[in-house]
Formats: sequence, structure tokens, C-alpha cells
Amino acid sequence: MSTEVGEASTMSAAWTRRHLLGLEDLSAEELILILDTAASFKEATGGCKKKLPSLTGRTCANLFFEPSTRTRTSFSLAARRLGADTVDFSSSGSSLSKGETFIDTAKNIEAMGVDVVVVRHRTPGTPHLLAQNLACSVINAGDGPHEHPTQGLLDIMTVREQLGRIDGLTVALVGDIAHSRTARSNIWGLKKLGAHVIVCGPSTLVSPLWREVGVEVSHNLDAILPRCDVLNLLRIQFERQTTRPFPSVREYAHLYAMNRERLAKAKEDILILAPGPINRGVELTPEVADGPHSVILEQVTNGLAVRMAVLWLICGAL
Amino acid sequence: MSRTLIAGGRVIDPSQKLDRVTNLLIEDGRIAAYDVAPNGQDLTIDARGKIVAPGLIDMHVHLREPGREEDETIKTGTAAALAGGFTSIACMPNTEPPIDTQAQVEFVQHQAALAGHCNVYVVACVSKNREGKELAELGQLVQAGAVAFTDDGSPVYDAELMRRAFEYALMFDKPILNHAEVRELTSGGVMHEGLVSLLLGLSGMPAAAEDAMVSRDIVLAEATGGRIHIMHISSGGSVEVVRRAKRRAVRVTTEVCPHHFTLNDECLRSFDSNFKMSPPLRSASDVEACIAGLVDGTIDVICTDHAPHALEKKMQELDQAPFGIVGLETALGLVGTRLVQAGHLTWPQALEKMTINPARVLGIDKGTLAVGADADITIIDPDRRWTVDTSRFASKSSNSPFAGWVLTGRADTVIVGGKVKHQAERG
Ligand SMILES: [Zn+2]
Ligand SMILES: [Zn+2]
Repeated sequence: MSTEVGEASTMSAAWTRRHLLGLEDLSAEELILILDTAASFKEATGGCKKKLPSLTGRTCANLFFEPSTRTRTSFSLAARRLGADTVDFSSSGSSLSKGETFIDTAKNIEAMGVDVVVVRHRTPGTPHLLAQNLACSVINAGDGPHEHPTQGLLDIMTVREQLGRIDGLTVALVGDIAHSRTARSNIWGLKKLGAHVIVCGPSTLVSPLWREVGVEVSHNLDAILPRCDVLNLLRIQFERQTTRPFPSVREYAHLYAMNRERLAKAKEDILILAPGPINRGVELTPEVADGPHSVILEQVTNGLAVRMAVLWLICGAL
Repeated sequence: MSRTLIAGGRVIDPSQKLDRVTNLLIEDGRIAAYDVAPNGQDLTIDARGKIVAPGLIDMHVHLREPGREEDETIKTGTAAALAGGFTSIACMPNTEPPIDTQAQVEFVQHQAALAGHCNVYVVACVSKNREGKELAELGQLVQAGAVAFTDDGSPVYDAELMRRAFEYALMFDKPILNHAEVRELTSGGVMHEGLVSLLLGLSGMPAAAEDAMVSRDIVLAEATGGRIHIMHISSGGSVEVVRRAKRRAVRVTTEVCPHHFTLNDECLRSFDSNFKMSPPLRSASDVEACIAGLVDGTIDVICTDHAPHALEKKMQELDQAPFGIVGLETALGLVGTRLVQAGHLTWPQALEKMTINPARVLGIDKGTLAVGADADITIIDPDRRWTVDTSRFASKSSNSPFAGWVLTGRADTVIVGGKVKHQAERG
């Protein structure tokens, strides 16, 4: 293990959690510990390309009840970079074997000698129920529209890396806030680290109740754009919407898509994040996605670093 | 001739505006006399320090039989009723098959008689097969003994059917009990829509979904002269709609469940499916509005909406787990703790909503200790502190959010038709 990570390990005395279920419960100190650990891993592995086998003999199970290639691959790769074994269980929807609850499924997997379960599920709270019912650690890899802590962390890591700080920044989360777990994890993480957070999108997808937790609410991107240091463009989750929250994709793009004209009105060094997979032309146009303000690919690398850090901290706390 | 004397208790009978310490004589299953001295009766029950009330009535119980005996049976459900202090219950018709024919009503009555626990009144379906399309044979159902009509589990959705139901049931002077929910507004919903649902990312069921249907039902009842009983009211908006309708003398009554005057949507932060019910646990201000409605008389009845579900059904993801909780064995303790001890209602006020008021809504000869009435009596120990232990429930199911709660007030002795049917464990 390199010295950088060694330094992080002395700090990990502060890490006592067995599970990572969301960013809402974490303190600023815990968030910074994860971000610092992730930065150390990134550096020690040459951008997460080399192995750093500090979790040899551990087993991580990916338990994905909802299809996801990106997050599952990222977690598997992170575990293997650390020398851990990985097992994948995928089951779409609730198509478990008859009469078996998801808790039974998870218990069966745990019985195979698993240290960490990484769970993705369409229903909020499912990782929490597993955490209550399993002896091993649980990492939430997205529970419906509730939280996706490692996505929030990798977004925040990217901003911190690019702009050098979080405190005092104005960050707008734009789009389908109602159905976005990424939005919720970002909101908690960013606010704890001192950013001013704006949620912006159609009034059917951005509730005024967000104000009650100290978040600014806007339905007018053009009005807030000049004040923003960071834009995080969230994907419209057509699959989660039961009724159409806006009249047409065309109208949405007209009001909220990040394009060249809007970019001209933004701060010169504005940072543009998109958690992907994006609907090109809906949330942002290709020239913005591939332009100099976009850090979409950097987010992917940081995702790996954050997941290595989280696995390592949690296994250390086992 | 069998004679039982209940001696030294505080007799509270809201039907007679009675509240005093006295001896009560039961003779051959009926209330025989007050102020009787001990004098060689077959049995004397010492009720000193206890409340002697008319047998409690729960007008909203799901017994699940026929069809879902894994959750509850008529036998276990009526045993749970006794354990909770209830001498009469009204059971809901959303069984499998639904109770929409004379034969179905008779089946329930027969099973209840076999069980021999408490009195069971049948609320039958409004619509054939509970499909919400055409009226069930209400006249024949009344003949078989149905006391009211509901499609509970679902609202009577079609406004025209609801209007016809009001008009038709008027011939028998029976109320329509409606589960008020505009389904388009609650589709996919798991909990009350508000700040907590927003933060948890759980789909919401807005209060407006209840308020809109309550408003419609009241308008239709007013237009037809029919009788509407709003089931399990939970939102402040609905309480206000009912309050105003009562001022206009609309024939409307309503009921509230202990969980809706005790718990709020913050409970869902635990993601525990024992906090999932329909209507959902609402905001803290809705809870206050329900209590205010109980205090000013807008809410007539306290009921449980006892909804047993086997453990494996509740041990699912929150969106898959069924709605509802058991309530028979915790209701009285919650009334004692959350309403009486908290100073919102006196025992006479609370007991009125658990005895004579539900009896009047259902038009049954119960809920009174008047001389000549059936000797259905609940002796309550108002000071008894006890811990809810779901493993000791008489109910077949244990889906209660109150496990481990310490409550004050419990049924001590439960008498049905003059016979002691339940005696609380000591200690
Ligand atoms: Zn209902
Ligand atoms: Zn019900």
C-alpha cells in the first residue's frame, strides 16, 4: 500500500459505519474522509488503472434487482482493483423465485460468505431493510428515487477536484428532481460541505417543499444560470414517470436543455456534470456534452475511486 | 336463573349519560338492575377501581375469512376482538369471494356462532362481486342481516352507482360506508404525499385524494338524502369537509383509527411496512386535526380497520407490501394513552365513540347498559400499564407498528350476553 493511502488509513479511525445507505446521515467529516480516501486511491493507482490489493480475501456481492451496467461494472472493477472477489446476482423487477422475499435472496447470498452486499433496487428503503436483516455490510447502489450515495460522492469529488472546493459554490441540479436519487444524494452532500444548492426544472418535477430543507427552488434555468458555478444535468427518467409531467420533450429541451446559446450566458468557467446515461439533445446538446466545460468522462474515473474508497473504509470497519 | 353482580365499578354508559360508582346486576344475559346489594348472586365481579362500560364495538374489522385464512380467520379475529375488549364487531366484505350474497352473509354468521367469541355483524358489498359496476342485492342482504354496505378496500368509484346506492339503501335506512380515495391521485403511492415522501423518494398519496372523494360522497348524500359514513378519516381537509356538512345537517358520520390520531408520516423514515396503510399516516397537523375532530364531535366513532397480513407479505419491499395493520388488541390502550391520558377526551367521551355511536351508525341494539339490554360489558382497567407484545396476540397476524409500546388502559374482563368471555392475564 502506498504512503498516500497509508495516510488515509490513519484517518479512517473516524470511520465507524458498517453500511453506506445514503448521504443524508453522513457528517461533513465523514464525507471529507471518503473524498480524501478516494483522491488518494486515484493517485496511488495512476487514475484507478493499477491494482492495490488491500482487500484480498474479501468478497463483494453485487445484488442488482434493477438493470444497471455502469454502476455494477464500476463496483465490480473497484472491488477487483482492491483484490476482493466479486459475485454478481441480477434479478430484474420482483421476479424472484416464488414465495421467496428479497430478504431471503439476500440471506442466501450472505450465507456464501459475503462481506459486502452492493444493492440496487427500484424501491426506496430496500438497502435499509437488508442492513437490518443481514450481518454483512450493505452499500446502497441506488434505491429508487431515494439515494445513490456513491453517485453523489463522485459528482462532489469531481467538482472538488476541478474547482478546488465545495464551500461557497452555487450548484444547480437541473431536470427530473422528483425521480432522481442522484439529486437527493447530491443535495445532502453538497449542503453539508457548504454549497448553495438550487433545484431547477418543471414545476411538476421540482417540488416547492425542497425549500423546507434549505434548497433554492427555480423553474427558470435562464434566470439562475449566470449565478451557477456548477450545473448537474439530471436525466429525465421517462421510465419512472406514471403520468407525463410535461407536454413534450421538445418543450422540455426548449426550457431546460443546456445548449451553446445558454452556455454563452453562463460563467466562463462553469462546470457541467451529467450522471449519465444521458438523453442527448434533451438534457444537453452534443456540443456541450463533448465541450470543454463537460467533465462527464472524469466522473466515470472518479466513480471508480469513490467506490474503492467506500469499499475499503467499510471493510476496515467490519 | 343466573345472576352476576358487577360490584363497585365506575359505570360509564354514554347512552344514558351515566357516570357513577354503583353495582350492576346481570340476570339471564341481560342488564337487570342498578344499585343492587350483594345478596347471594352466582358470581360477583369486583370492579373496584375499574370502569364498567357497555361492551366496546369495532365497526371496521377485516376478518379475512373466507379466502385469506393465512392472515386471519373468523375464529382468531373474534378472539383478538375479545382480547382487545370488543364484544361486537362489524366485518368488512372484501373477502375472497366478497360478501355480496345472502349465502355469504350466512356463512360469516355461522362461523362466528361456531367460534362463540363476540357478536359479529356483517357489512356487505355495495356492488356485485365488489366490482363497482352494479348494485348487489341490497334488499336480500338486509334480510340476511347485513347492517350496512361498503366496497371497502376500494372506493365505490362510479358516481352514478354511488348515487343509486344512497337512494336504494334509503329504503332500508342503511348507511353506505365508503373508503374515500380518488385512485388517479394515489396510483403507485406508498405513503402520504408531503415533505417526508419527497425526501424518501417514495410515491405519495396526497390528502387531496381523500378530500375530493369525501366531498363527492357528501354532495351525493345531500342530494339524495342518503346516509354516508366516511371510513377511516385521516386528513385535516376531510375532517373540515365533514364538520361543515354536519352543520348543514347532511346525514354524514365518520370514524377514525388509533393509528391516524397517534402516528404521522415521519414514521416511514424507518421504511418499515408496518407503517404502510391506506389511507396513509399523514402529517403531524393532520393528526392534530383528527384529534380536534374527536374533541368537537365531528368524528363520531373510533374503529380499528383491523387489517391482518401474514408476516411474509409484510416482509417485502415497501411498494410490494400490502396496506394495513392489525388494531383490535391495541385500540383501547391507544385510546387510553393518546386521548384520555393526554387530556383530549374524558373516558365517557372516548367510550361514547366506541359504544353507542357505532351502534347508532349501524342501527344495532348494542352499546348500552340500559336495563333490559343485552349484558355485553367491558370492564376496563384504566390505569393498567402494559407493553404490547405481538407474539402474544390472539390475532393470527402481528403486523402492528405498536410492538414494544407501553400503553395505559386495558380490557380486564369482557362479558358477552352475560357470560365472561375474556379475562386479562394478571401481572
Ligand atoms: Zn379502507
Ligand atoms: Zn378497511
